Amino acid sequence: MTESVVLLGIVVATALAFDFTNGFHDTGNAMATSIATRALSPKKAVLLSAALNLAGAFLSLAVAATIAKGIVDSSVVTLNVVLAGLVGGIVWNLLTWLLGLPSSSSHALVGGVVGAVLISAGAQGVLWSGLVAKVLLPALIAPVLAIGVAAVGTSLVMRLTRNVSQDVNDKAFRWGQIGSASLVSLAHGTNDAQKSMGIILLALIAAGAVPSDSSVPFWVILSCALAMAIGTYTGGWRVIRTLGKGLVELEPRQGMAAETSSAAVILLSSHFGYSLSTTHVATGSILGSGVGVRGAAVRWGVAGRMFLAWMLTVPAAAGVGALFYGIDILAGPYVVFALLLVVAGAIFYRSRTRPVNHRNVNDDWAPETSDEIVAESVMDHEPALLATAPAGAREESL
Amino acid sequence: MINWAALGQVVAVGLVVGAGLPAVFAFGVRSLAAPRDNFGKLPVRNLALAGASFAVVVATIGLALFAMVSGGH
Repeated sequence: MTESVVLLGIVVATALAFDFTNGFHDTGNAMATSIATRALSPKKAVLLSAALNLAGAFLSLAVAATIAKGIVDSSVVTLNVVLAGLVGGIVWNLLTWLLGLPSSSSHALVGGVVGAVLISAGAQGVLWSGLVAKVLLPALIAPVLAIGVAAVGTSLVMRLTRNVSQDVNDKAFRWGQIGSASLVSLAHGTNDAQKSMGIILLALIAAGAVPSDSSVPFWVILSCALAMAIGTYTGGWRVIRTLGKGLVELEPRQGMAAETSSAAVILLSSHFGYSLSTTHVATGSILGSGVGVRGAAVRWGVAGRMFLAWMLTVPAAAGVGALFYGIDILAGPYVVFALLLVVAGAIFYRSRTRPVNHRNVNDDWAPETSDEIVAESVMDHEPALLATAPAGAREESL
Repeated sequence: MINWAALGQVVAVGLVVGAGLPAVFAFGVRSLAAPRDNFGKLPVRNLALAGASFAVVVATIGLALFAMVSGGH
């Protein structure tokens, strides 16, 4: 009995931690463009997004006590599987954050669960066609669709406002951007916080803490809403920077078209029952806002790295999930939780060597490799020697 | 494998709303930015067009909020 209470406590804590990384990782989906075009200061943007995520979590309470439904055989999902799945999701979220790559939190969670199920029940525990239909194909379709919608929208906007002064355009579209970004934040809150609530409810039912037809207890709603809002407010600055500055040089008209495309596609896809990842849609929309402007530079290399990360999300998180499921069975959930803290701490420590925060999030985008080359060649020389060389000689050498 | 009906709806309505709404907003901005008349006022026609554009934008946002709150999402 006490052992299952401990496991339940660890699962709930880990689910809240996952919820935090979900908010943290996805701030950029809504706010990166507003920050990049200076429609909002970075601090105000994350505060607004956090408030709307918090509100969104309370708005829609259609919570389903399921995890990876239709993707793994639900009869093999134990609390240990859920725990390992959550850890897989968290570790992948943190790693992609460290690399500044946006990546779908729900795909990471699904991947973690799939990995744990592979160890606990073998390959027949995974519904492979469900995995392809619900995870793999949407990850390919979402960005293409969003690129198309945002490109058409941006191109129309640019054409319609071509004779309007830049000043008027910037002012008007900054407001439009704040509005559309707010919708994306709210949609995220109504959608993603519910997933963590569902996981905790599932864990409570599994442990017999609440009856199986129970609605979500208020403390679960409150703690999930808060975990996500705090995560959002912390601001995954590395991801925001990549989305806002790394893909396209954005101006407010593009930002507004991108965010409206995101909001429309996200809301419509869940309305029509074809769920797409917020992250994939938001990234595609930003790329599309670059495609829609003649002569705008889109950094396809950066985009390519993201697509690669999306394709790796499920297998990589599955690997972590499988590993931690094994550790859980051999050593127990305490060890899993302790190891998770160690890994998270190590990733956070690593991030301090090149921090990104609200001060440098909007700095000009320069490829990291050329930075390193400059630094190396400077180190080859003797600064003192260079400074004392005759002025003429220095000019010649330049 | 792919629910073509649902995906088709997302593509069609997504294009109309996702690309159309920014265009309507842009049309509103353009109407407001038109040259003023001799009294420094905007022609009534432009005011009406801008008003109608922004009304469409606000109504769509209202619809989106309603859809979110009613949990059809």
